Amino acid sequence: MKPRTPIYGLMAEFDNPTDLVAATQRVHGYGYKKIDAYSPYPIEDLHEVMELHGTKLPLLVLCGGILGGLGGYLLQYWTSVVDYPIPIGGRPLHSWPSFIPITFETTVLGAALTAVLGMLALNGLPMPYHPVFNVSRFALASRDRFFLCIEASDPKFDYDATWHFLESLKPKTISEVPH
Amino acid sequence: MVKNSKVLAESGKAPILESGHTFGSVTDKISSFVLTHRTPRGWYIGFGIGFIGVMLLGQTLANLLLQGTGIWGVTNPVGWGFDIINFVWWIGIGHAGTLISAILLLLRQEWRTSINRFAEAMTLFAVACAAMYPLFHTGRPWLAFYWLFPYPNTMGIWPQFRSPLMWDVFAVSTYGIVSLLFWFVGLIPDLATLRDRTQKRVPRFIFGMLAMGWRGSARHWNRYETAYLLLAGLSTPLVLSVHTIVSLDFAVAVIPGWHATIFPPYFVAGAIFAGFAMVLILAIPIRRFYRLEDFITMRHLENMAKIILVTGLIVSYGYMMEVFFGWYSANPYEDFMIQNRMRGPYSSIYWLLIGCNVLAPQVFWLKSMRTSIPALFIVSVIVSFGMWFERFIIVVTSLHRDFLPSSWGMYYPTKWDFGMFFGTIGLFVALLFLFLRFLPMISIFEMRTILPQAEIKEAE
Repeated sequence: MKPRTPIYGLMAEFDNPTDLVAATQRVHGYGYKKIDAYSPYPIEDLHEVMELHGTKLPLLVLCGGILGGLGGYLLQYWTSVVDYPIPIGGRPLHSWPSFIPITFETTVLGAALTAVLGMLALNGLPMPYHPVFNVSRFALASRDRFFLCIEASDPKFDYDATWHFLESLKPKTISEVPH
Repeated sequence: MVKNSKVLAESGKAPILESGHTFGSVTDKISSFVLTHRTPRGWYIGFGIGFIGVMLLGQTLANLLLQGTGIWGVTNPVGWGFDIINFVWWIGIGHAGTLISAILLLLRQEWRTSINRFAEAMTLFAVACAAMYPLFHTGRPWLAFYWLFPYPNTMGIWPQFRSPLMWDVFAVSTYGIVSLLFWFVGLIPDLATLRDRTQKRVPRFIFGMLAMGWRGSARHWNRYETAYLLLAGLSTPLVLSVHTIVSLDFAVAVIPGWHATIFPPYFVAGAIFAGFAMVLILAIPIRRFYRLEDFITMRHLENMAKIILVTGLIVSYGYMMEVFFGWYSANPYEDFMIQNRMRGPYSSIYWLLIGCNVLAPQVFWLKSMRTSIPALFIVSVIVSFGMWFERFIIVVTSLHRDFLPSSWGMYYPTKWDFGMFFGTIGLFVALLFLFLRFLPMISIFEMRTILPQAEIKEAE
């Protein structure tokens, strides 16, 4: 039953979100750490049972916004006051109220770009190839099926024991995920 | 959220999704419009009409670049004609898309789910049409870059950042970029669905590259949802800022009728008003043609009618205040401006505007009108015309007779003004039809979340 070449992991398939959340809770509670659940839409309970709290993204977005705002303001300050001053009737060169609208726009731009690029980078995307795509039934993960994968690199992973453990969760199918 | 929709169904309101759907049926129905091998004949007709407009736009722009802006009706004293009227009209239409996708998301309005995708597409195409006008109004767009965008150039000069027109450049370009990001992020999981469902190699490759290897991992969804909410939070003040800044193009000037503090809120309300009218104009035929009555229910149409009524009342208040300011300011120029609007050479357009924007939406007080598809469609068309008249009145009547009677004049648009206007409408229609054919018009993954099956049952 054991494969000759090393595999990526074992994957169980469920046909409803409740079973997936319950199974993930048991797998996580049993002590498997290198696991991932796949669903066709975001399931908040899943984030809870996998203890996926505190992503760094909001902090990154805050930094992106601050950088965007500072960059926008300094650009206007430097061009209007230092590099290309246009004195008109003694009006102040550093007319900060008129710099606010553009500062606001560059703040939003910096934050929004960070939100999208940061989300993709933290998720490791783009990644056109991933071992889970080798399982033919996995195409249904973007339609109506729910998958749970225990990776072979987990210290607790043992092919037969893990297979039996997954079987005890009563999935629809269990598949091997080759590299 | 699932509980919420049940409560509403019990309270006698129409549901936001008809019963009997499953994860599979929702996925198959929406993706079938993209994956079908048979393009419906109606699609060719619609796209063809749009494409005629694109050809007209091409001819108009070619002639404009060869001959210059003299082919337009703009001259002194009316230097802002159709170009600015249409710019403001288009950018306003775009606002409804962001309102639906961002503000209604933050307010947890579940019904937004089935209309947000194509409303966002509408925003993008409307912004593309809008941006064309100021760009070509510069006369020689290829020379405009050094005073529109801050880049180190060989002349050693920089843009004038104290000008509202510069603020506008930043507001509209930021709005365009953020709307595109928001739309694309929403599309990623659906592109993965299309990648997994298509049978053909080339589409699978294209959808696969666009989906960037999305696999629906819980860790990914966690960050995805955070990013989506943050984008919604960022888009909300952004969308309000865009039409505010557009209104400052006018309000910062000293021209009578423009120099008013009410302009920002009045413009933003007008934008939402016009935008929802356009969403209805698009949603009603799409819903019928693609048989989407299950997904875009009467509840959606009725809610949009209510928003049109509310924002219509806000713009009506704006018109009232303009008249009031004309009198209360005791400024002869302000007073003359409002008299000229009501009784001057463009008075027929002013009264049309009042009829279209103030009177027509009042029928939505009646539930029978809010739930009648012909009434919704006709009022939406009337409102779209009305909002165009509003921009005409604001731009033209204030400019054509300002302080000195010796510099008064009249503005008459030429056929090239109309050519560009109809051309951008054609471009908008053509882009919209391409979108309907090649991308999922309703967010598939968000539709799955509102199904009753998505509810997690309590562990026993």
